Amino acid sequence: MQTITAFLVLIAFCVVSFFLGRTRSQLIAKTRGGASLHSLPKHYGYMAAAWAFLPSIAILLVWTGLESSLIYSSVVSGLTPEVRALSTDQLGLYYNQLQSFALNQIDEFGLDEAQIAAAQHYREISASLAYKKIIVVLVAAVAGALLALRRIKPTLRARNHVENMLEWMLFICSFIAVLTTLGIVLSVLFEAVRFFQAVPVTDFLFGLQWSPQMAIRSDQVGAAGSFGFIPLLVGTLLISIVALFIAVPVGLMSAIYLSEYASRRFRAVTKPVLEVLAGVPTVVYGFFAALTVAPFIRRLGESMGLSVASESALAAGLVMGIMIIPFVMSLSDDIINAVPDSLREASLGMGATMSETIRRVVLPAALPGIVGGILLAASRAIGETMIVVMAAGLSAKLTINPLEAVTTITVQIVTLLVGDQEFDSPKTLAAFALGLVLFFVTLLLNIVALYVVRRYREQYE
Amino acid sequence: MASRMENSERMGADKNVTNRTVTDAHSAGSGGSLESLHLNPDARGQETIGSPFVKRAKMSARDVNVFYGEKQAISNISLDIAQNEILAMIGPSGCGKSTFLRTLNRMNDIIPACRVEGKITLDGEDIYQKERDTVLLRARVGMVFQKPNPFPKSIYENVAYGPKIHGLAQNKATMDEIVESSLRRASLFDEVKDQLDKPGTGLSGGQQQRLCIARAIAVSPEIILMDEPCSALDPIATARIEELMNELKENYTIAIVTHSMQQAARVSQRTAYFHLGELIEVGETKEIFTLPQHQLTENYITGRFG
Repeated sequence: MQTITAFLVLIAFCVVSFFLGRTRSQLIAKTRGGASLHSLPKHYGYMAAAWAFLPSIAILLVWTGLESSLIYSSVVSGLTPEVRALSTDQLGLYYNQLQSFALNQIDEFGLDEAQIAAAQHYREISASLAYKKIIVVLVAAVAGALLALRRIKPTLRARNHVENMLEWMLFICSFIAVLTTLGIVLSVLFEAVRFFQAVPVTDFLFGLQWSPQMAIRSDQVGAAGSFGFIPLLVGTLLISIVALFIAVPVGLMSAIYLSEYASRRFRAVTKPVLEVLAGVPTVVYGFFAALTVAPFIRRLGESMGLSVASESALAAGLVMGIMIIPFVMSLSDDIINAVPDSLREASLGMGATMSETIRRVVLPAALPGIVGGILLAASRAIGETMIVVMAAGLSAKLTINPLEAVTTITVQIVTLLVGDQEFDSPKTLAAFALGLVLFFVTLLLNIVALYVVRRYREQYE
Repeated sequence: MASRMENSERMGADKNVTNRTVTDAHSAGSGGSLESLHLNPDARGQETIGSPFVKRAKMSARDVNVFYGEKQAISNISLDIAQNEILAMIGPSGCGKSTFLRTLNRMNDIIPACRVEGKITLDGEDIYQKERDTVLLRARVGMVFQKPNPFPKSIYENVAYGPKIHGLAQNKATMDEIVESSLRRASLFDEVKDQLDKPGTGLSGGQQQRLCIARAIAVSPEIILMDEPCSALDPIATARIEELMNELKENYTIAIVTHSMQQAARVSQRTAYFHLGELIEVGETKEIFTLPQHQLTENYITGRFG
């Protein structure tokens, strides 16, 4: 609450500093007998605002980040030695109770005297810290603004200052994006490492059996779970391949038609329609797959004397293929359009027909880009969950028969983490190991795609 | 023939724009005498001065009109191209010389908005007749474009492209022969003989353009159309291409569009001067450049505009 207040006050103060800086620079220019300013008045304003804002916001963020641990150490140091001697978990529980009471989230029922006293202490400290925080932040803001305003001279290169600050701001934003990715990877990695302490890496990577369960009692029937991820990988690849078998020919050929043959009016209608296809939520595709496509495939298979599971890789793959058609089409269309017309003219001028030109000149020139697009589509197919959950079943069967039910990495992650879970059981932690593997598979695909796309840039011109 | 609508419309639009720009520039920027020339009824809709017709005509155009949509790009052009000659077409931008060149192998067909009227014959046969198709025509009438446009394939594949699509080589040895002799005729072979498998796009601009010429002559055309083939090249590369054209005219008939009057004077036997979609004057190159009959021709070749 105080943080938000402090932030809003800070913003308001920034606006004020901007106008002060601007006005002051104009005044200085005037009093110095029309000495020309190095930069425009607004640059001086921006500079003053930035000086007011940046140091104080840094202080605000750091302070807010440290606040809870400051309060914690202060409160804990006031507790009795017996309590402090408790184990970390128990101390944490004890502290959580008094904190919740202090924040009026629970009543005093079940709390001991010491906790209530400590909670009182907590309230005092946090109130004084919040008060101090606002003071410090505002003082920093005022000091920054005053410093900047004092520095305003006609020779001050405010424009360059502002440009530099903008560059830094952009750098920090990109840095945040990188850090976030790194954070996600690391958090998955640490949990996965915990999993691999319980289940050997080799069992996970090369095991042919997936039945993730852990004994609650040691004498339980079927206690030994197995965590071989090969069936999941095969299932994932099977469904993705089925999907690509649908999406690549249809997507690529529609892209060729749209970019080479179609009239402008046909294009204007078709492209948006296909893009609507891309906007359909995957859960809708999921029940379309489960309720329409899967039974249809089963009946079709039965009429031909094949045994088809009511949930099959084929059904999921087909629908997933339809889902990524617009993706393949849109990327290929862009890339085919990027092939220079001069190449088409050269080929047509030699007496080649349209289809010869497309087959021998346009597609080879666009091929690396198209491959890149297909790989991006493939990594989408591999990451797709909803359709598979609904249409392909949950049984981790090691098979390459698309008529059987299979399961994928993403589906297993969902089933492992849905519902009440204990986060120290290998069964739950397996989800992180799967996530890590999935991350690496898609990363690999993306790297290959990026590499191919980069090569493509060097192809012509 | 279905084609790329967007692209083609853009190309059509480009022509319109250039046309308009030229007209504007003339009416606004140029001197009074020029303006009056434009408005002079004698300058428009008149008979071509000189001799557009020759005895041994390889290709002849009679009363050709080309329209991009509503806009008329060239009007009533009659012109012969003689066997084994180089015919240069000159004139200010947007005068229709490129459009005329492209009607000769029906490259304008790929522009849906484009309409061609009149009669164009190759060895006496009308190339716009319904039953004739563009595949064989373009094998006989090759084209070299303004900007070198080798395919992003190897040098060998670039030259072998035409023979492949026309099925000219039955085996690898014949193909090798065709590729080598085409590269030789384009006087490129010695420079690239050790790198036939390297991409054609890696060559220098002049080499690329000679590669495009080699690619065009690999299907043994009878006529080669060149649309400002040297406009993207430096003077040395230009000199080599001009030398090459001189050699090529022994075996081929060449029609070249150029913006360089010196180039037209150096390489061609006959020169045609186009202005705003009309053929103003045709004649022996020497005569055109020494004794132009029409005022517009004289103004153009003396550099008073263009």
